[in-house]
This record gives sequence, C-alpha cells and structure tokens, in this order.
Amino acid sequence: MTSETLLLLAMAVPFAGAVGIGLTGRWPNVREGVTLVSAGVVMIMVFALFGRFQDGERFAVTLMEPLPGLPILFEIEALGMLFALVAGILWLVTSLYAIGYMRGHHEQHQTRFYVMFAVSIGSTLAIAFAGNLFTLFLGYEILTVSTYPLVAHAGTAEARRGARTYLGILLGTSIGFQLLAILITYALSGTLDFRDGGILAGQVDPLWAGLLYALYVFGIGKAALMPFHRWLPAAMVAPTPVSALLHAVAVVKAGVFTVLKVTIYVFGADFLKDTGVTDWLVWFAGGTILLASLIAMTKDNLKARLAYSTVSQLSYIILGAMLLNPAGLTGSALHIVMHAFAKITLFFGAGAILVAAHKTKVSELNGLGRAMPITFATFMIASLSIIGLPPLGGAWSKWFLAMGTVDAGRWALLGILMLSSLLNIAYLLPVPVRAFFGKAENDAAYTRVREAPASCLVAMIVTALACVILFFYPEPFYQLATSAAGAQ
Amino acid sequence: MIESHLSLLLVVMPLLAAPVVAILPAGRGPWLVTLVISWLCLALAGWQLWMVVNTGTISYALGGWEPPWGIEYRIDALNAFVALIVAAIAAISLPYALHSVEREIPAQRVPLFYSAFLLCLLGLLGIVQTGDVFNLFVFLEISSLSSYALISMGRERRALTAAFQYLIMGTIGATFLLIGIGLIYAETGTLNMLDLNARLPAVLEHRTVHTAFAFIVVGVALKLALFPLHLWLPNAYTYAPTVVSLFLAATATKVAVYVMVRMVYTVFSNSFSQATPLDEVFLLLGMAGVLVASFYAIYQQDAKRLLAYSSVGQIAYMALGIGFGSALGLTATLVHLFNHALMKGALFMAVGAMIYRVGSSRVNDLQGLGRQMPWTFTAFFIAGLSLIGLPGTAGFISKWYLVLAAIEQQAWIFAIVILAGSLLAVVYMWKLVEILFFKGPDEHRQDVKEAPLALLAPTWVLALANLYFGFDTRLTVDMAQTAVQMLGTTGR
Repeated sequence: MTSETLLLLAMAVPFAGAVGIGLTGRWPNVREGVTLVSAGVVMIMVFALFGRFQDGERFAVTLMEPLPGLPILFEIEALGMLFALVAGILWLVTSLYAIGYMRGHHEQHQTRFYVMFAVSIGSTLAIAFAGNLFTLFLGYEILTVSTYPLVAHAGTAEARRGARTYLGILLGTSIGFQLLAILITYALSGTLDFRDGGILAGQVDPLWAGLLYALYVFGIGKAALMPFHRWLPAAMVAPTPVSALLHAVAVVKAGVFTVLKVTIYVFGADFLKDTGVTDWLVWFAGGTILLASLIAMTKDNLKARLAYSTVSQLSYIILGAMLLNPAGLTGSALHIVMHAFAKITLFFGAGAILVAAHKTKVSELNGLGRAMPITFATFMIASLSIIGLPPLGGAWSKWFLAMGTVDAGRWALLGILMLSSLLNIAYLLPVPVRAFFGKAENDAAYTRVREAPASCLVAMIVTALACVILFFYPEPFYQLATSAAGAQ
Repeated sequence: MIESHLSLLLVVMPLLAAPVVAILPAGRGPWLVTLVISWLCLALAGWQLWMVVNTGTISYALGGWEPPWGIEYRIDALNAFVALIVAAIAAISLPYALHSVEREIPAQRVPLFYSAFLLCLLGLLGIVQTGDVFNLFVFLEISSLSSYALISMGRERRALTAAFQYLIMGTIGATFLLIGIGLIYAETGTLNMLDLNARLPAVLEHRTVHTAFAFIVVGVALKLALFPLHLWLPNAYTYAPTVVSLFLAATATKVAVYVMVRMVYTVFSNSFSQATPLDEVFLLLGMAGVLVASFYAIYQQDAKRLLAYSSVGQIAYMALGIGFGSALGLTATLVHLFNHALMKGALFMAVGAMIYRVGSSRVNDLQGLGRQMPWTFTAFFIAGLSLIGLPGTAGFISKWYLVLAAIEQQAWIFAIVILAGSLLAVVYMWKLVEILFFKGPDEHRQDVKEAPLALLAPTWVLALANLYFGFDTRLTVDMAQTAVQMLGTTGR
C-alpha cells in the first residue's frame, strides 16, 4: 500500500466504521464488534504511518480543491503524527471501556452514540493530518457538530442546556473569531499552507499580527482559554466515555493542537517574538492555569472537578507554546500526550465509580477504596502523573515546560507552574485518599459494591500503565515533540 | 434546428403547455405534463449554459426582427447560470409536488395549480432570458400574477390575505419598475439593454435618468424583498402551499436579484452606480436585514415562517455583496444565489414532508420528529448546516467570498455582521434541531411514519447538492467569476 493511500484510509476507516455501526445497530454485539474492529484497524494504520514517518518518509495527499489555491490537503508532520498516535491508541482503549460503561449504565440510543463517536475520531484524525489551515478548520467544525449529539445524549433538559452552551461557545468562537482570523490571514498572504517559519512574516505590521494572533488564540475555543472555557464543564453532562476521550483528549487536544500549529506554522516563532503579543497574552494562559485550579478545588462533583482540571492543564500547553522557545514547545507537545493518558484514566475512574457505586460527588467517596481497589489505584497513579511527579510520564512535560520558562527568563511563569502543581495535589489527591483512608458514613461498609465491568477495568489498567511506561520510554513521543519544536 | 431556437424554446414550451394543462381533467395528467416540461426546460437550460461556455454569448432575434428594433434574447454567462438555477429547482420540485399538492390542494383545482405553476416558471425564465427591458417587465408581471394565484391556493384562508398583501406590494414594485423603464425610454428611445448601455452614458447627467434609476432600484428591491421592503414575504411563504413556498423561495427572489444586477451593471453601468449612493444604501440595508431578519427568525413559532425570515436575511447577504461594488462581492452574491436556492429548497421540502405527515408546520409540533422521520430531518440538518455556513457545505463557500470581499475593502464592521448573521442562524437552526432530535415525541403522535420516497428523494438530492457544492465549486464559482468579468467589461 502506498503511504498516501494509507494516510487517506486511516481517516476513512472511522467514517466507514460509523456507517457500519449505523447499519448493524439492531444487533448490539455485531455493532460493538464493528467499533472495536475499526478502532483496532485505525490503531494499526497509525502505527504503520508512524513507522514510515520514522523511516524518513514525508508524504502529502491533495484530496480535492474546493476553492482555488485552497486544497483539502493532508500531510504527515511531527506534531500531527504525535496527536494521531494519541487519538489512535486511545480510541481502541476507550471503545473497550465504553462498551462496559454503556451497557453497565443501561444508556439509551447507543447506536447514535457509537456512530457519532466514530465520526468524531475520524475528524480528529483529519485535524491531526491537515496540511493547511483550511483543512484543519474543516475537521475542527465537523468535530464540533459531531460531538454535539454526544453531549446532548441524555436528552434531558439539563443535557440540552449543557449542549447548548457547548455548541454556542464552540461555534461562536470558531465562526466569530477563528474564521475571521483565517480569512484575514488568507487575504493578507494569499495562502493558508502550513510552512516552516510561517506565512505571515513580512506580510503585515507586527502590531496587527499580534492582534490577529490573539483572535486565533481566543477563536480556537476548543483550547478552553478563559474566558471561553465554559463549554468544557457544560460538556460533562455527556456519558463518561465521551468526557474521557473527547473532552479530555480529542476535542480539547484538537484545540491546543490548532494553537500550536498556528503558532509554529502560520506565524512562526521568530515573527511572533517580534510582535510581542505573547508577552501579555501569556498571562491569560497563566491566569487560566491558576483560576481553573482554584475553581476545581471548590467542585464537589468529580467530573466537574476533572473538567476544570482539564481547563487548567490545557493552558499549560498554550503557555508552553507562547514561550516561543524549543524547550517550551517540546513541553507543550509532550503535554498533549502525557495529559491525555493521565486524564483519560481519571475519567475512566470517575465513570467506573458512577457505574459501580452510583456516586458522583467527591465527598461521598469515603471508604469506597476497599470495595474498588483497582479503580482507585489507577486513579492515584494518574493523579500523580498530572501533578508531574516521577516516575510518571507527566514529569517529563512539566520538566520541559519549566525549562522553557527558565530559558525565557519568565520567573513568574515558573512560579505559576509550581504553584499549580501544589493546587493539583490539593484537588486530585483527596479523591483516592478519602477512598482508601476515609471512613464511610455510619461506618457502613460497601459490601455490595463491586468493581466496574471487566472491560472498564482493563481500559483503566492499560492507560495507568501507560503513564508509568511513558516515564521510562518517552522516546517516540519525545522525538516527535522535539522535531516539531525544532521545526521553526 | 433546436439549437438555434434554444433560448426561445425555454420560454415557449411552458407557455404552450400552461393552457393545455389547465383544461386537462383532474388527476395525475396535469402533473405529468408539467413534470415533462420542467425536465425538458432543465435539459435546455443545461444545454444553453454549455453553449454559452463553449461558444460565447448567444443572441437571438425574436421573430427575425433585428435588435435593437426587435426583441432580443441575449444569453451570456449570467443569464445562463440563473436560468439553470430556475430550471433545476423547478425540475426537482415537481417529483416532490405530486404528493404534496394532492395533500394540500383540492383535487378540482390541481390542473389550475399546475397551469399557474407553468406560467410562473415561464415568467421567471423569460425575465432571465430576455435582453429587452420592457419585455422583462412583461415577464415579471406574468410571474408575479401567477405567483399571487399560487399563493392564494394555500391550505388556510389566511393564504388569501397573504396573496393580497403580496399583490399590492408586488404591483407597487412593478409600477415603479415600469415608471423607471418609461423614463429611460423617453431619454434614449430604446428598450434593448445593450443599446441602452451604449446610449445612456450620453445622458447620464440628466436628472430624468437618475430618477429612472431610483424608481427601478426601489421597484426591484420590493420584488427581491430587500429589508425593509420584505413585509409581504413572510406571510406569502408561510401560507402558500409548500411546493410554492419552496419554488418561490429558491427562485423568485433570486431572479429579482438577477434583475437588480442586470439593471445596475448592464443597463446602467458600474461607474454610474458608483456615482449614486446605491452602494451605501445596499450596505446599510443589507447589514440591517441580516441582523434584524435573522433575529426575527429566532422567535418564530412556525417553521415555514422561520425559514421565510431566514430568507430575508439571506437576501440581505446578496445585497451586501452587490453593495461592496467589487468583483469579489458580486461573485459572492452570484455564488450565494445558487447556494441559497439549494439550502432553502431542501429546508422547505423537509418542512413540507412534516406537513404531509403531521399536518402542521408549528415548531412545537416538531417534537421528536427527528427520530420518527430520520431521513427527512437528517436532510434538513445538512441543509441547516449549509445555511449556517459550516465548512464542507455550499453555504461556507458563499460566506467565504462575502467575508473576503468585506476584508478586501477593510470593511471590518460588515465582516463581523456577516459572521454574526451566521451565529444567529446557528441559534434559529439549533432551536429546531434540539426539538427535533432531543425531545421525545408528542403523546398524540407516537406513530408518525417516515415521509414517502417521492418527497424524500428530491429533498435528499438538494441536501447532497449542498455538500457537493461545498467541495466542488467549478460550476458555481467559475460561472460567477465569468459572469462578473463579463459584467465588468460591458459596464465600462
């Protein structure tokens, strides 16, 4: 198979899978089989692409050209490869988890759920492999629309309200700001290609370029930079597998991925430095890190707490990008990976607790650890990874982000990163600690509570193990991250 | 033989068929004849476009009288493009019409309905084909009179008042147009568009010509429902039979936009209109129209009326495109002309399917229908995305060019208004999507079935066209650009 075909097929398989899922909806076992097979095939294909990428192959495919000079173009590049690997691996794991969860929780409309899930993954891969900003925006909006039914899944008034916020903010920012920014970019430079060193340098006055960059950063609502972060907590009404894969990995990472792409390949780090815009914009990222952490501490609902934690962690990546030095960019790229594996484990844990013990609040978890030891053990490991302690993968990304602030001489930002780590401890560790060491109310022992379904447990163990393995063998991702960071 | 009379046949065929259809016995006969005629028209319109692209402008002298004395049909890229839109929408509406009309119109009136439909089609095609301003007025009256009749055949008695309202407003518009045409005839002694274009520059300074221009612009603006002259439109579209709503929404206002472009750029000229406050007026009214009409759409309780207000908003986009007075802006207008026909056609068809099954078009009655009629409303959803202008749909292409045109002139406020209009479209579309797909069905309507294939197939043809023209813009953008180039040269 030629590399080009492989690239197109990797994106086409989820969409084909979606059709297959829709057709086999009447037979749940066959339907889930289709999901798992598609996810498995995608993972193998992404690995194969990665293998060829490592051998030094570079390839691009133009699918069609809807507007003159603006083709739908896909190409393989380090940052996109990294993102695709994360999405490809985690789709299979999450599918496994979702089957256990959706059945254990007796959810309705499961066919629609799996169809839209597959479409979301397909568009995520399209974002990862997008060769120009136009293609990326296409994938970005398909992702917005296809995740809407997943958020509104329950169909209750609360779910509809949450989904309305979700769609309103994501479409509002993407059409109101991002599309405008894209159009201005196109009007200025006549192209939307991703190029090393950017396409805007020399085309526009640095001051205006700075404002344009701000338009992008806030317009990419999926990156959840405050004050456009409200959609993420609102999306928590979705079933847990959605929160886990889409709202901790695919959707939000698509946001920060877009920010990184725009920073590196549209503006170029050198040009952005000239504009000076990141000097003040970075405080929005810093502010989001701290504020979101503080809000997370006040949330008793476990998923809401995790959602704000995600908002905070996303801004690490934005902050790293705005440092505009190799260490910062490496840290940002690595954090996409490290945070993905850790946060998905946390959400898996939250879902498992819901299915097995029907608990949603942190304050209700006392003493539950003895009944669900595996769940809380994996939760513990993932929490430590988010905090950034060795020997867990999260340590690497924090390390490089911190290095980046040092290299840039931004000591205040270093302080924010360190302070945030402490806040992470304060809002994440109480969960496993309460579960293992707390006493249940009235000393009631959870004798009737068992662990979540086996497929959920397998998924959690896999992702938690991945957090550990990523500390010892970060090489493949590290290489991709450094190569992306060095590209500018 | 056919080739040399192609342009005339497009008009004559429906003209000859209309009286025949009127005297046919009630039943499926009238429908069948109309269907055949409209498909023939589509074939001819396609052929005509192909000829224009390959061999250049067609000039056809009616009855052998040489222009400028006789009536000339002059077909260039712009006419051929708009004629194709009209013929294509008619051809797609008719398979849909069979069941929809049987349900909504008493059997004994069906032959008259199809007869009026053919007359309307003939009028619209005639407006597009002719190169003579008075002839254009005649065709405009034919299409208007037949559409008053068509609207008055709606299910509710309120259709009568709606038709009457449209009649009054439409007549005022037509009168203004006629006054304008009379004035320029008095000044130049000719009615042929090209001839006018050659003779008007000599008298451009005359106040009569300026007056004529004002009368013509206002008259046509009434017909194209430019905000705030749109008051007839919501009622007309709401109470008309579904087929009429969708046909008029997709074609009649588009043809009026064509007339505007033709009058401004060919009869008068770009340089003349630049000297008048036309651009500013269009920009201002366009901006107000996009915002106000879209805002009104949000609060409508009837799906057809909601779509009608949305149409007013979409027409305002086209006015903005003209108002930019640039090649890019005019391209955007022409591209949107085509794309809006696709999206509004599909949307009205889906609502028509709802009326067919449920007997109502009220928003509240949409509850849960998305699950009961999944095919109908998936098509509705796709067309809705196109209306919003999400990438991958035809609507995105229109928005892309419109905003680019605004940015080109550094008209930031208009760029923002256009995008804000998209967001308002999100609000009113999502209001429907939520009710359709995420609310349980009404207790009394547990057993609503999917619409019949005859309604579904045309809806899906248009819905898929919305996606197709989002990716392949060779027909839309290339034709629009050719037409704009041509207008630019004759305008000078």
